[in-house]
Amino acid sequence: MANVLVNAPKTAKRGAVVEIKALILHPMETGFRSGTNGQFIPRNIVERFTATWNDAEIFSMDMSPAISANPFVSFFAVAAESGTIRLRWTGDQDFAVEEQVAIAVE
Amino acid sequence: MTALRVVAGLAIVFVASYAAAQSGADRRRSGYQDMGEALQKMQDDDTANPGMLFVQLGSQAWSKPAGAADKSCADCHGAAASMKGAAVRYPAIPKGADVPMDLEGRINLCRTENQKAERLPPESRELLALEAYVAHQSRGMPVAPPVDPRLGAFRDQGAEIYRRRQGQLNLSCAICHDDNAGKKLAGVTIPEAHPTGYPIYRLEWQGLGSLKRRLRNCLVGIRAEAYAYDAPEYVMLELFLMDRARGMTFEAPGVRP
Amino acid sequence: MDRRRFLAGTAAIAVLPFDRASATPEAMAEAIKKVVGDSAVTEGRVRLDMPPLIENGNTVPVLVSVESPMTVADHVKAIHVFNEKNPQPNVFSARLSARNGKASVGTRIKLGDSQKIVAIAETSDGRFWSASADVIVTLAACLEEST
Repeated sequence: MANVLVNAPKTAKRGAVVEIKALILHPMETGFRSGTNGQFIPRNIVERFTATWNDAEIFSMDMSPAISANPFVSFFAVAAESGTIRLRWTGDQDFAVEEQVAIAVE
Repeated sequence: MTALRVVAGLAIVFVASYAAAQSGADRRRSGYQDMGEALQKMQDDDTANPGMLFVQLGSQAWSKPAGAADKSCADCHGAAASMKGAAVRYPAIPKGADVPMDLEGRINLCRTENQKAERLPPESRELLALEAYVAHQSRGMPVAPPVDPRLGAFRDQGAEIYRRRQGQLNLSCAICHDDNAGKKLAGVTIPEAHPTGYPIYRLEWQGLGSLKRRLRNCLVGIRAEAYAYDAPEYVMLELFLMDRARGMTFEAPGVRP
Repeated sequence: MDRRRFLAGTAAIAVLPFDRASATPEAMAEAIKKVVGDSAVTEGRVRLDMPPLIENGNTVPVLVSVESPMTVADHVKAIHVFNEKNPQPNVFSARLSARNGKASVGTRIKLGDSQKIVAIAETSDGRFWSASADVIVTLAACLEEST
């Protein structure tokens, strides 16, 4: 069950620097813990977050187990042209989630 | 880490640092006011507050049909805005019932009576999500327990539990949250225990949890045996705590350390 | 459990393929060296915003900002964050370009203990800049049963 919250402006002036914030539901299990039954809990993290603007990559982040559960990322981008901002999270256990938002640049 | 935590848990040091400088007629403080700026900001920004992930899940669950009746919450209640004010009233005695229920009990009553579905297990993601979604509708409203004389006896029992010494540490809720609120327990400020943000995203849990879960943590903290999940004691305590927080601003989903 | 099985179990633990020991200042220095190679790291231009007193180490807000015009000719290419006491020294590595307009990256991290955090920025001219912060992590009081 993918659950993502993205905050990016719907419109922006050409050349403006806009902030993009994203939050995703994910346990970010470190692989360094044992459960209450003493059994080792295997690592399950988001390894990589990437953002594209009209399919051109504008930002990426390699994550480690030190990133908190339900990872939050914020970054900036220059509003160059109208189109689609696509955010993608990939990680352990074939985790892959994509979310897109439209932005109109005038 | 575990060893350190045990030490921290056992080392009950009440550091005398009581913030006496409080102003205004209402001196009650939400746990929100005891948090640092970074955590307050996390709660205030809807795309930074991880509790909002669960509110979003709840909005999906709200319109999903369930049970033999194949009905969703939305089929009877319409838009969730109809739930505005519910979370600041509960616990209450629903129509046809004779004992008070908390919000999650009320949601489960809807499941069994109207949806003909199974109860959602305590602290399950779907129950917390629905609770968060319903509670979120009351964000910003004052806590307003109903005027219902039938609640009095239950609330009084809650007050009695609140003041009763329990557990191996022989502490009552009141000793920490009335007598020593604002002081430090290990490195943490002891809050006044106003349930204004539930369900909360507690950083310690790395997830959303109910007031019941928080009360269980407190009971374990004083080395008492937690009541069973379906015990009436939790509802009684909540009745007392909500009355004690009457008029305070409801914040769900709150963020707490 | 009989003694033989117990011994067999201990042997299995001894050969577990991963190292559960904590990162150390040395491990952090090594992780940094992997990123910067033999280049010098200059303190400055980087700002590392973290609360000095952390109320819960599970979710610590971090904001790294770098002074840069963020033009094609002069921009920040990468921001790396390291710690010295978590199980591993690497926290995150972000790739940036002139498309970002502003070199500022925010996230939330886990910190098991009070420690030093280092942020390093690589600029388009191949130079490295850094900032560090010493943070205090307080431990929660009333915790869950059976952890």
